[in-house]
Amino acid sequence: MALLEIQNVTRRFGNFEAVHDVGLEVEAGEFFTLLGPSGCGKTTLLRMIAGFDAPDAGRIFLNGQDLVATPPEKRPLHTIFQNYALFPHLTVADNIAFPMRMAKLGERAIAEKVKQILDEVRLSEMGGRYPADLSGGQKQRVAIARALVDRPHLLLLDEPLAALDLKLREQMQIELINLQREVGITFIYVTHDQGEALALSHRIAVMDAGKVMQVGRPEDIYEFPANRFVADFIGVCNLLEASVTAAEPDALTLDIPPLGKVGAYSPQSLPVGRHGVLALRPEKVRIDSQIVAAPQENHFSGTVRALIYMGDITMYHVEITCDGASGLTIKALLPNSQARGASFFEVGDRVEIAWRYDAGRFVYE
Amino acid sequence: MNRFLQRSLLSGPPLLYLLVFFLLPTLIMVVVSFGWPGEQGGLAPLWLRDAQGFHLDLTLDNYADFVSTTLYLRLLAKSFWYAVLTTLICLVMAYPLAMLIAKSDKRHRNLMVLLVILPFWSNFLIRVYAWMIILGPQAGLSQALNGVLALFGWGPVSLLFSPFAVLVGLVYVHLPFMILPLYANLEKHDPGLMDAARDLGANRWQCFWRVTFPLSLPGVLAGSALVFIPALGAFAVPDILGGTGGIMIGNVIKMQFLEARDWPFGSTLSIVLTLFALGVTGIAAWLVRRRGGSYV
Ligand SMILES: Nc1ncnc2c1ncn2[C@@H]1O[C@H](COP(=O)(O)OP(=O)(O)OP(=O)(O)O)[C@@H](O)[C@H]1O
Ligand SMILES: [Mg+2]
Repeated sequence: MALLEIQNVTRRFGNFEAVHDVGLEVEAGEFFTLLGPSGCGKTTLLRMIAGFDAPDAGRIFLNGQDLVATPPEKRPLHTIFQNYALFPHLTVADNIAFPMRMAKLGERAIAEKVKQILDEVRLSEMGGRYPADLSGGQKQRVAIARALVDRPHLLLLDEPLAALDLKLREQMQIELINLQREVGITFIYVTHDQGEALALSHRIAVMDAGKVMQVGRPEDIYEFPANRFVADFIGVCNLLEASVTAAEPDALTLDIPPLGKVGAYSPQSLPVGRHGVLALRPEKVRIDSQIVAAPQENHFSGTVRALIYMGDITMYHVEITCDGASGLTIKALLPNSQARGASFFEVGDRVEIAWRYDAGRFVYE
Repeated sequence: MNRFLQRSLLSGPPLLYLLVFFLLPTLIMVVVSFGWPGEQGGLAPLWLRDAQGFHLDLTLDNYADFVSTTLYLRLLAKSFWYAVLTTLICLVMAYPLAMLIAKSDKRHRNLMVLLVILPFWSNFLIRVYAWMIILGPQAGLSQALNGVLALFGWGPVSLLFSPFAVLVGLVYVHLPFMILPLYANLEKHDPGLMDAARDLGANRWQCFWRVTFPLSLPGVLAGSALVFIPALGAFAVPDILGGTGGIMIGNVIKMQFLEARDWPFGSTLSIVLTLFALGVTGIAAWLVRRRGGSYV
């Protein structure tokens, strides 16, 4: 039995459906991420799990128990809010003691646990300070300590790192991963940052406009997007309009207008004429001044029209020329691996590109 | 230099105003409280000219009079209790109201605040006189009460000209001064803190006493000072609603200046009252700060 089960949950604000028929299962011990663009309903869903909001339809089970009648203070879970929501009138130690005082624990036990968790989050010296006197990263750690101190079954985190700068964010990401592994508490983590989601999660649910678009491990989501939205939202992707012209077992032949026939791979067999997009990651496209096409590879030549130098890598926008016709641009990515100098190619260079049939993923709605 | 000039230009005029119309009169009162009353009332000259030449003619008699006359001490104590009761009743009544306003829809808040200060649009004395009618023997309130009392063979009692009437009047007059600072404080509370408190296991009652109330202490303190200090020195309300037995220390001060024309003693009473009010609010603020930590 899953720790948390969300069944057909819908939440409307007036005529607007912020969350539409969402079903999810989260296992105990998982680091589960809700990923989606701003306004897709992540916070709304999280608030329903925490009990601040109730679904208009559907049910939420925790440990097999329907949560509908349980008020937030009785749910064995805690939330870490985006602005941390530390109590400004309480010291760090009193903030952390808050959930245990509510649970009427003895002051002796409380003091011990506070000291222990302050050590764990490396804030031993800060117990007597007020939240106003802490840095962003320290506030973050206090919020985490306060939410973990009484070992909830589930921790909900709503974009907890959004307010931190890049360096601190990366550091906190590592701390979060380690912490989650150590305490073994299930995390449901909300973010609109796909890099963060890929880096942290065991599994990700990609959401758009109130709906779950795909659930899966980070590598599944990245490598095998279930639809155009996921392909586009996660990472950078070439999305080439295509239709099926021939489908044999495993092998697929697509028609991509200016390019003509393109080989692709599909686990399912698809009917001829099916329209969709070929999702092709730039790092899977080979680019060189001359390429000898291997079998099972698509091969085209074109001109570099733009390049985006990003330090470690460069993204080349290659305009394909094929039978004199041109217009389609494919992005290809190269690590800047040479010892000196910047990019391999310049704008205007003639190049050849190639990718394996099974590098692209044909998705259709 | 430029910044200094800017600052002095901005804060200069109000500071000057306070200096001339607040500090100076207070100092004058302090000096006068050590003076002698004049033959015809008012103040006797502070300087005396005799064989030795000019010298100051001051006395501690006024203060000695105050300390040795139990009437004044009793009146001060009575005024203190009236002011404390008024403050507490105002607090208990204003808090839910301020919370209601602070939690209601943004569009309605301004209207509700307007309603709170609406009474200020009519004259203070007229509003207090209105209570004379409301509490008067002919009014429905008295009649109903005495009707009920008569059933038990008690009464009749007079609502008007009683401590009750004075308290009603004081609470009525000062209530907005409690509501406004409380509202201003509560309105700024982050509703996310309530969510956090409940999330961490606090029920609504605990949410209030552990989070909302401690956070509102600055507002409670400000409102209490705004009610307690004027209520302590009130004279119009007890004059109109209190009858002969209802006088407070403020009435005595007024009498010293207007009827007895003993300005030095009136000044002494004023100074004592001011120091007393300062002392009480200071102690209250200190107590709250000690319990609320450095946050308040
Ligand atoms: N109380 C509410 N009343 C009306 N509409 C609401 C309410 N709460 C949320 N919404 C709407 O529901 C949609 C989803 O909001 P939600 O806060 O869940 O988005 P989100 O995915 O958390 O976005 P973000 O990444 O910006 O935080 C938004 O369009 C929002 O305007
Ligand atoms: Mg959100």
